[in-house]
Amino acid sequence: MQNLFLLLFAGYIGGLLLPLCFPTKPAVQNILAHGSAGLASGAGILLGVTGLFAPEPWTASVQSTIPFLSFAVRLDSLASLFVLTISLVGLVASIYAIGYVTEFYGRASIAALGALFNGFLLSMTLVVIADNGFFFLIVWELMSLLSYFLVVTEYEKAEVRYAGFFYLVMTHVGTAFIILAFLIFFQAGGSFSFEAFRHPEQPLPEGIRTLVFLMALIGFGTKAGIVPLHVWLPYAHPSAPSHISALMSGVMIKTAIYALVRVYFDFLGGQFPWWWGFIVLVIGAVSALLGVMYALMEHDLKSLLAYHSVENIGIILLGIGAGMIFQTYGLTEFAALGLLAGLYHTINHAMFKALLFLGAGSLLYATHTRNMEEYGGLLRRMPWTGAFFLIGAVSISALPPTNGFVSEWLIFQSLFLSFHLPTVLLKFMLPLAAAALALTSVLALACFAKAFGISFLALPRSSHARLAEEVPITMRIAMGLLAVVCVLLGLAPMVVVPMLDRVVTPFAGQSIEGKVLALDGWALAPVNMEFSSLSTPVLALLLVALSMLGLGLVAAFGGLVKQRYYKTWGCGINLTPRMEYTATGFVQPIKRVFGAIYQPTVKLETELLEESRYFAKRRHFEFHIEPVFQKYLYDPVVACFIGMAERLRVIQGGSLHLYLAYIFVTLIVLLLFAV
Amino acid sequence: MLQAIILVVAQMIVLLAVSPFLVGLIRKVKARLQLRRGASVLQPYADLAKLFRKQPVVSTTTSWIFTATPYIVFASTLAAGLLIPIFVSITPLDFAGNIIAVVYLLALGTFFLMLAGLDAGSSFGGMGSSREAIVASLTEPAMILSIFAIALTKGSTNLSTIVHKTALLEGIATDPSPYLMALAALLIVALAETGRVPVDNPATHLELTMIHEAMVLEYSGRYLALIEWAAGLKLAVFLSLIANVFAPWGIATTLAPTAMGIGLLAYLLKVSGLAVLIGILESMFAKLRLFRVTDLLGVAFILALLGLLFFYILRS
Repeated sequence: MQNLFLLLFAGYIGGLLLPLCFPTKPAVQNILAHGSAGLASGAGILLGVTGLFAPEPWTASVQSTIPFLSFAVRLDSLASLFVLTISLVGLVASIYAIGYVTEFYGRASIAALGALFNGFLLSMTLVVIADNGFFFLIVWELMSLLSYFLVVTEYEKAEVRYAGFFYLVMTHVGTAFIILAFLIFFQAGGSFSFEAFRHPEQPLPEGIRTLVFLMALIGFGTKAGIVPLHVWLPYAHPSAPSHISALMSGVMIKTAIYALVRVYFDFLGGQFPWWWGFIVLVIGAVSALLGVMYALMEHDLKSLLAYHSVENIGIILLGIGAGMIFQTYGLTEFAALGLLAGLYHTINHAMFKALLFLGAGSLLYATHTRNMEEYGGLLRRMPWTGAFFLIGAVSISALPPTNGFVSEWLIFQSLFLSFHLPTVLLKFMLPLAAAALALTSVLALACFAKAFGISFLALPRSSHARLAEEVPITMRIAMGLLAVVCVLLGLAPMVVVPMLDRVVTPFAGQSIEGKVLALDGWALAPVNMEFSSLSTPVLALLLVALSMLGLGLVAAFGGLVKQRYYKTWGCGINLTPRMEYTATGFVQPIKRVFGAIYQPTVKLETELLEESRYFAKRRHFEFHIEPVFQKYLYDPVVACFIGMAERLRVIQGGSLHLYLAYIFVTLIVLLLFAV
Repeated sequence: MLQAIILVVAQMIVLLAVSPFLVGLIRKVKARLQLRRGASVLQPYADLAKLFRKQPVVSTTTSWIFTATPYIVFASTLAAGLLIPIFVSITPLDFAGNIIAVVYLLALGTFFLMLAGLDAGSSFGGMGSSREAIVASLTEPAMILSIFAIALTKGSTNLSTIVHKTALLEGIATDPSPYLMALAALLIVALAETGRVPVDNPATHLELTMIHEAMVLEYSGRYLALIEWAAGLKLAVFLSLIANVFAPWGIATTLAPTAMGIGLLAYLLKVSGLAVLIGILESMFAKLRLFRVTDLLGVAFILALLGLLFFYILRS
């Protein structure tokens, strides 16, 4: 394992440095950077798999001269799972990037882009295997900064700079809370090593543990994008180049999920009051619902996908929250199930979200716009991209027999097991969370019917879409790989569940593989066949067989009459793209029904013809959604800071003498304290 | 194994055969209540046979989604039907999916219908898809909650277990109110999901008021036949679900031939009764405005919630 890790390390570092040796040849830089990253992530995949099945965690460390800091790594099953996920998406993103970054030749430095890409992947891998709090914070910060630089790749655009700045501020607020949480552990254990975090010399008092819980929730929650700390995400993720967006939405936000599981179940030993799990559950439900609702109103394809990341983080937290609640009441079997379901969804989301972002990148590559209203009819021009995007869309909409469905189904089952809980409040709230999940998933379905339908079907809505061409082969291979992974994750839960079980067992104290899998792995049956069962391979076979039956019925009852092609009836005139339903029109009923949440403002100005007021000469339509969180939560805080800064400005005299006086006064005050 | 396959095929044939009949029966009831004689209840069979033989016209604007959708919708709806007990309480395919899988299989069909509605590029299809999106969104939470209320009383989310236990009178709650609430909620959901008055009007001739019919407006020939058959199947699925979950009496709990014969007869009687009820309901109410549908489905949600609450309060 050591060799694999060194190969991974060398690969990423090589990808970081090698392109810099060829300063004038972007094509060479591209191949070197992304080839090297591909190699390293390939090693990462092997590392993850061997780590998952290793009997003992692999550890290694290099001591440093800085006190409390040691570059210690530890690859236990939880870390291995995330290394595997990061590397898999990393590999695909590397293949994709070879084709995709040709876009940036001459516009941005490919060497810099490639170096940042490699550094970003390396830092994410190190985050999940770090075994020392200090080291963790360093690589965490590195990950944040590198992703910031990647976000501002197209820094010449003002909105990109704004997105980058917003991200930078938010991520540092989050990091501040993480540092506080780690300092509390440090105080108790006297060391930054994770082993000391796990087993402090004297156990943390209850109040302090609660403080750690909240700090970690806010700190890591900011990175994960939970509501209301999600506001930066829909700005930052879409602004980055698409393969970076795929990494950020697919895996970077998952490092926060990793860290939450690590802190709650590992460091705090899975001992918590019921309301911790309840808070996580409520945050999960709210994030899921608001995430998908805001996604529905987005017509910028990449922003839409970014909001779906908020939604899916919410779904993951529903599983983890349910697991935490069960853990409180000693129902370890169900706790393991909830955690397992949450982690299953974590992997699934990494795969289909990366796939969808790569698909969106392909559309951007082909049409040079992110506005969905300018797409249309792309399935005919880009059949491969379209088919892969459809697989991603079906997966994220949790439709059987795809991977998204399997993990959401498991989360449903763990929420339904709530009738074993002793308190009526929880018995009642968990099914409500299930109802929220149902609403979320059906709204996601509507959202992706819109995203796919408006982008890929019907007539092209602009010349961009009319002139679009299929993307280069490397980009198609990358998307195809992810599509295959999505399908496999759905059809082969018997392979995935034992892997996840190895991750969950140490935390929940119980292996549930035998309880989740039934019929030699052909069916999922938590907790037993009596309670529930699902077999996606059989469902898939059934769907194929019944489609064949449909074909057979057609042949039997009518014979295959040759079909006739004719233009769509447009009420007597020729159909034009302007007569098609738009994305805005599609979601209008939803906007109206959930008006209380959106608080939309619609402005319609009509300029009438002078001759007759029944005919309009020009119409201007505008609609906005109230950015509730920004307006009522963030703006006041920002205004407060700026106000304070304005006040403090008076001390900035601009004169050297004044500043010397300040230093002198400070010194006196300090001396007074010292006495 | 062989027995299981025969049972599955038998269940499939029953569902395929009975679904056009249910559609015809509802039409007949409505016609009689309007003092018309109405077409024969067998008319939908003739319609299907005719549609299968007709030459389909496909829009030049469309992609492969448009032609694949009828098969996907047909397959997913029928698959959902095979997961629920029809005339035998233990279905062989029960292990393949519980009630959540049934709900999501139906959603798979809805998803592709929404895409097909957008594919032809006409405004009517888009309008239908857009409306279907909001109706589906509002029914789903009510459906999941009412399902949960039922699942609770039997300690299982597997349909066969629920039906089998109820048929054998195991674990029947002393107070029927959670059941009644869930039943009322599920009935509203069924009306909405199958595109019936007061949510949608399957007999309308005005595109602007349609939901389901607008989505499938561009279909013709064999594609329309499959879509219509699938719509009938969806109706049969919901009626069977309601009939067998709330009143499984008569259903065969063993595989004895007489028991299965009685089961089949009882099933036909129950779903026909429900179809008549739907016909009467459709005649009693006018179609609601789209944005009033929200209130109706809100009521369904609250009912399901109350069912859940009643269950816990009565037990504790």
